Amino acid sequence: MSVNLTVDQKKIQAQAGQTILQAARENYIDIPTLCFHKDLSPTGNCRICMVEVAGQRLLQAACVTPITEGMQVETRSPRVVQSRKLNLELMLANHPQDCLTCDVSGECELQDLAYDYKVNVPAWGAKGTRYLPDSDPNPFIRVDMNRCILCRRCVLACAEIQGRDVWGVAQRGFEEQIVAGAGTTLLEARCESCGQCVAYCPTGALSNKLNYGLARAHQVRKVMTTCAYCGVGCQFDLLVKGNRVIGVSSNPGAPVNGMALCVKGRYGYDYIHHPDRVLTPQVRRYLLEGRQKSRTGSEWDWVKVDWQVALQLTAGKLASTRSSFGADSIGVLTSAKCTNEENYLMNKFARQVIGTNNIDHCARL
Amino acid sequence: MAGLTTSFGSGAMSNSMDDIADFARAILVIGSNTTEQHPVFGTMLRRAVRRRGVQLVVADPRRIDLVDFAVLHLQQKPGTDIALVNGLMNIVLEKGWEDRTFIAGRTEGFEDFRETVQRYPPDKVAEITGVPVEQLYRAAEILALQKPMAVIWAMGITQHIVGVHNVMNLANLQMLLGNMGLPGGGVNPLRGQNNVQGACDMGGLPNVYPAYQVVTNPESRRKFETAWGVPLPDKVGLTATEMIPGVLQDKIHALYILGEDPATSDPDSGHVRKCLDGVDFLVLQEIFPSETSQFADVLLPGVTFAEKEGTFTNTERRVQLVRKAIEPLGQAHPDWQIITDLANLMLAAGERQPVDGTHAGWQYQTPANILSEICALTPSYAGISYARLEKGERLQWPVPNSDHPGTPILHINKFARGVGKFAPLEDIPPAEIPDDDYPMLLSTGRVLYHWHGGSMTRRSAGLSAIYNQALVEVNPEDANRLGLKNQDRLRVTSRRGAIEAEAWITDRVPLGVVYANFHFPDSSANELTIAALDPIAKIPEYKVCAVRVELVQSPES
Ligand code: SF4
Ligand code: SF4
Repeated sequence: MSVNLTVDQKKIQAQAGQTILQAARENYIDIPTLCFHKDLSPTGNCRICMVEVAGQRLLQAACVTPITEGMQVETRSPRVVQSRKLNLELMLANHPQDCLTCDVSGECELQDLAYDYKVNVPAWGAKGTRYLPDSDPNPFIRVDMNRCILCRRCVLACAEIQGRDVWGVAQRGFEEQIVAGAGTTLLEARCESCGQCVAYCPTGALSNKLNYGLARAHQVRKVMTTCAYCGVGCQFDLLVKGNRVIGVSSNPGAPVNGMALCVKGRYGYDYIHHPDRVLTPQVRRYLLEGRQKSRTGSEWDWVKVDWQVALQLTAGKLASTRSSFGADSIGVLTSAKCTNEENYLMNKFARQVIGTNNIDHCARL
Repeated sequence: MAGLTTSFGSGAMSNSMDDIADFARAILVIGSNTTEQHPVFGTMLRRAVRRRGVQLVVADPRRIDLVDFAVLHLQQKPGTDIALVNGLMNIVLEKGWEDRTFIAGRTEGFEDFRETVQRYPPDKVAEITGVPVEQLYRAAEILALQKPMAVIWAMGITQHIVGVHNVMNLANLQMLLGNMGLPGGGVNPLRGQNNVQGACDMGGLPNVYPAYQVVTNPESRRKFETAWGVPLPDKVGLTATEMIPGVLQDKIHALYILGEDPATSDPDSGHVRKCLDGVDFLVLQEIFPSETSQFADVLLPGVTFAEKEGTFTNTERRVQLVRKAIEPLGQAHPDWQIITDLANLMLAAGERQPVDGTHAGWQYQTPANILSEICALTPSYAGISYARLEKGERLQWPVPNSDHPGTPILHINKFARGVGKFAPLEDIPPAEIPDDDYPMLLSTGRVLYHWHGGSMTRRSAGLSAIYNQALVEVNPEDANRLGLKNQDRLRVTSRRGAIEAEAWITDRVPLGVVYANFHFPDSSANELTIAALDPIAKIPEYKVCAVRVELVQSPES
């Protein structure tokens, strides 16, 4: 059933049961939000999406107010704008003024709104730090509750996306704060380090430890790709600065997983640049110098060589094995970690180039 | 997935993860620790329970995390899955809950199957599995009456000597209940590694070319001989678990290994190392030095997924793009390029020259060129292209042509082999059962924070910080009897080897069972596991072997 309403003097139609926010967004009318996220249940607690509804004395939160037939809504009347400014001022008064050094500056929703609404930090505000910055020992998740605006997205992300209920709200009034478990560390509160709460946090209250201070949003290139760990096939953005992968961030357009990732996908990338990486072809000395195979002493030392030498020696050895013992004396193990293209080539290599069906991988394992 | 191929004619996961999460009314998770091994799908299951009230039944010897979200936990003894599922089907038949229309219209072999299942009455099954009769009735009722019901499993089902039969029995269950070919149902084996599905699809198996075209079928062989311009061998090759021991039997003289570490990931690692030590020539293409690289004669530096382009196929048959984010580090080369260079060198030497051949050459400039060749020879991938993937199309094979939208659900109206085949299956005890010398059962698997042999995750600082050594899970009562406390060092000994690790006393494991992982080479469970193979799929029995557990010393002493 459709409902007719007027938003900012524009007549629109929407589905019965939708909220003002949903109806407006579907009709390309932007209402700013902060605690609202489309993946999470609306709570209506940040008061940024307030709008004026004809016939209602108080402003209404667009994210939780259902539309009705003939409703007249103003999303940017002077009264609405005034209210948003005031709300933002109150938030900033209680927020450290540390955008200069904050890791998420440039992708902070609070910062964007403060800018959009030209909010000044009130002279009476900007209290000192109330909580220890970086207060949790979790190796991936940096917690700085001074920057928290109590929007509760982390609470909902953990409960509704991850199904884990680590975060909760403690105290009331000025003392109100977000805590893990009964005020313990994240890991003690059974956190799985998936980072969902970080991905949904609109400010720098929750951020990523591994790349803290490595790059701001405008300094990285994002490349969407597919996770190389398990068969779920989550996609995400690799964050690249120079020729270095410095992090992973959720890409809401990921078809299988949306914003959700697990600890390995989101935080298990640092092996890419690990100093143990093998970065030059190498062969054993006996082989390079054309002697009998020997596993002792310097004969078995690795010698770094260029590609041509390594590949020539390999091709020669495989060919001589084939002429001495036949193609079926060679075994090829392909890799479930490699791409389809590479697996196809390994299959073609074994069967066409070598001439054997001895090819397998570790699917059984 | 040989089991499903026998039952249905296709071995892949039949449904999609989102359709299970959105449409199933009941779910049976058996032998899959989903929240730790396929974590994001695990959270999708948790959400399905919380948001839609899906009835989740977990059948697992261990009290895995997903049990917290289940209406029922069946804690069967390791290695008794066939008896368990037969018992559930026995109750379904007793109550008349089977889907007679589906059985009559789409299956064969029902009568023989029924006879066998009738020999598994609930009290006998309770005796074999240790699952109480009331729980069997409750489970059967939930799974039969909440339709559609999806079955999900992983290595807990396949890594047994009866792995193939385990899988076929789950296919029996879904045919009996008419849960095939519809959203929210199906048979859903979760593939472990990111691209196991793709490696199988691409012919990384000794018996099939790409798209499971059988090497012993003359027609398939002729097709690939025409494409590649050479005569091809007509007998099935060796599996990984035969190839490596084949070294000491004088069958295998050279190995070319791409990105695998059999010295850690294969069972009975002591024997594997002996084999690798004995091979005449081993070329390894890897990103890190590994246990296996100690035996290599040549080490070729490949790259990580961040340094190359290509596609992976996920567990639900969905082909997705891998995009290059950075240039290869050092002198490393993308793996497709290394294989290509090596092939060109060998072909140039001229001993095995392709003649004609529509796809004989190795002139690939980019992975997209390789994908075009794949599409030409692989019917189920024929309609896939980088252009379609770049557009964000959801392509789950089969995609028979470039207008085809892909196939999120298999077996709608018809099975790949025509009708589905019921198979009568009997309970067979594991190859090695506890005795006086080795009185406990060992089961193995992975943990959330690590991956496989651990070569990537152990090199991730944060992951290692949270889980930095192998823990062996021991039931509190066993611990009591053995005088073990949390963090004590214990020794686990099997007929093949021994490891030492730290004890984690937890009721996640049932009485008489210990659980270990193989992420840490120093205390890898594969020193202990048995190389007994399923006779059909040649999958090792990682999930069960007999061991002895003892205290080494407590930290205070
Ligand atoms: S990291 Fe994941 S599990 Fe931990 S608190 Fe955040 S959302 Fe919850
Ligand atoms: S992010 Fe986690 S669940 Fe997703 S594919 Fe990677 S390892 Fe699997």
